[in-house]
Amino acid sequence: MSASRPTFTAGSRLLHWVMAALIIAMLFIGAGMAATVSRCYPVLVSLHRPIGIVILVLVVVRFLNRLMHPPPPLPRDLPAWQRLAAKGSHYVLYGLMFLMPLIGWAMMSAAPYPVVLFGALRLPPIMPPSASLYALLRPAHAYLAYLFFATLLGHLGAALFHGLVRRDGVLQSMVSVRNEVGDGT
Amino acid sequence: MSSKLSLAAMLLRLGVIGALLVGAASSFAYVAGWLSPKRLTQASLMEAFARLNGEHPGFRRNHAKGLCVSGWFDSTGAATLLSKSSILEPGRVPLIGRFALAGGMPMQADTTSAVRSLALRLMSPDGEEWRTGMNDIPVFPVNTAQAFYEQLLASTPDPATGKPDPQAMRRFLDRHPETAQALSIIGSRPITPGFADSTFHSLNSFRFVDEGGRSTPVRWAAVPLEPPSADAAAPSVNRDGNYLFDDLIARIHQRPLQWRLVIIVGQSQDPTSDATLRWPADRAQIDAGTVTLDTVSSEDGGPCTDINFDPLVLPPGIEPSDDPLLSARSATYGRSFTLRATEKRVKPPSAITPQEVRIARGPS
Repeated sequence: MSASRPTFTAGSRLLHWVMAALIIAMLFIGAGMAATVSRCYPVLVSLHRPIGIVILVLVVVRFLNRLMHPPPPLPRDLPAWQRLAAKGSHYVLYGLMFLMPLIGWAMMSAAPYPVVLFGALRLPPIMPPSASLYALLRPAHAYLAYLFFATLLGHLGAALFHGLVRRDGVLQSMVSVRNEVGDGT
Repeated sequence: MSSKLSLAAMLLRLGVIGALLVGAASSFAYVAGWLSPKRLTQASLMEAFARLNGEHPGFRRNHAKGLCVSGWFDSTGAATLLSKSSILEPGRVPLIGRFALAGGMPMQADTTSAVRSLALRLMSPDGEEWRTGMNDIPVFPVNTAQAFYEQLLASTPDPATGKPDPQAMRRFLDRHPETAQALSIIGSRPITPGFADSTFHSLNSFRFVDEGGRSTPVRWAAVPLEPPSADAAAPSVNRDGNYLFDDLIARIHQRPLQWRLVIIVGQSQDPTSDATLRWPADRAQIDAGTVTLDTVSSEDGGPCTDINFDPLVLPPGIEPSDDPLLSARSATYGRSFTLRATEKRVKPPSAITPQEVRIARGPS
């Protein structure tokens, strides 16, 4: 039963849900700002940059947290292909959480646009000005965003499948609000 | 494992999951504009430019014909009264600029009536940056992105006749009396012989913000120190297709060209959200400093080529106004920059080649 399964630690759950909200917001902000010339455009751009940097900081914290608190194991009876999909999609998600903000920062640097977080707060460029680098990074940022959104949909579908169909405690281990500590032990 | 679900219950649950995923994907598609073909987007404006001008890979989608200049800005410090930007403090900052003709045809022949533009990128030592694109017209023909788009469509040649439909333009002007009015102001502007003696206007309004947070509506203009020479309308010999640019190159090679950067100080009742409207002529003006341009080069390999003169790249102390054209310019310039960056390898030479610059410079 789900109650007997170990859950993610409270810290892991908090990081997961805060980042989930930020990442979903970012994907929608990004898609929206690339398809409007209205007054929303500069507002969305001015949200997109600082949220991206917050995600970059949080994913570093989250990665370290994951090393210290490994996630609970998957159910033993999970078919091999689902196990593989679970592992693979988590590599993709972590990779994109690191890559997307870095590519965004790098392409702004290459453009070169000032990387303004808010007001007078700017980040230094992490790439030399180069239109040819920008020409690689800017489309990569968009295509990887689509991959990110597709992977998130898969992640959401799989989580709900665990919670509603398999009812094996996997969803419970992340949505539980109880404060028990159980990092796989 | 919990007790087994009945087949019906399982299908229902799978259906719920499927519906949630479809809902999420549809919301994303909606936000990305894939479900709203009529929404005015960067892509629709790029398509409108391509239909009007044809495909010119590697070139700016508008103001396609141009050349690079560089020099510096000597700030008087007078504008620090209204803005906290360090670029406006007394002193000198380097700048890169670009002269161009409006329109998306990179090979268009220079004409007297073509709208001339000057774009500048000023950078202070502490990393503040100010990009501005200015035109030699006193007002802009349209006051919204939608009207700009409709004007592009109305100007686009009909494939059947090869000419724009005059009825379409008439209908557009009937719907947009502000454009008809602005076009008559633009049509009656004095036209100087060349780039060197043209006055370039910001057209859009901005806001200067001082240390205390006080915000003032402003527009600005680059006013030439060069006295206007002969009458532009006078017929001239040797006017080839690049005569405006050739003349500019020769003049900068003789001696640096200078413009005074004049800040026009608006009052609260002045229209900031409508670039088709003039401000009263008696508004206070601040002499912010002098732009000096001493180097000229072709866009091919020039320092301005890879710069997007996005009007929303502004230093702290200069902010956008409520003019909707600013967001539209920022969004579309960004897309134009991305397109030409990705097309760089297939870009043909610009009209003003490095060789043209060498020849126009004349003997040194």
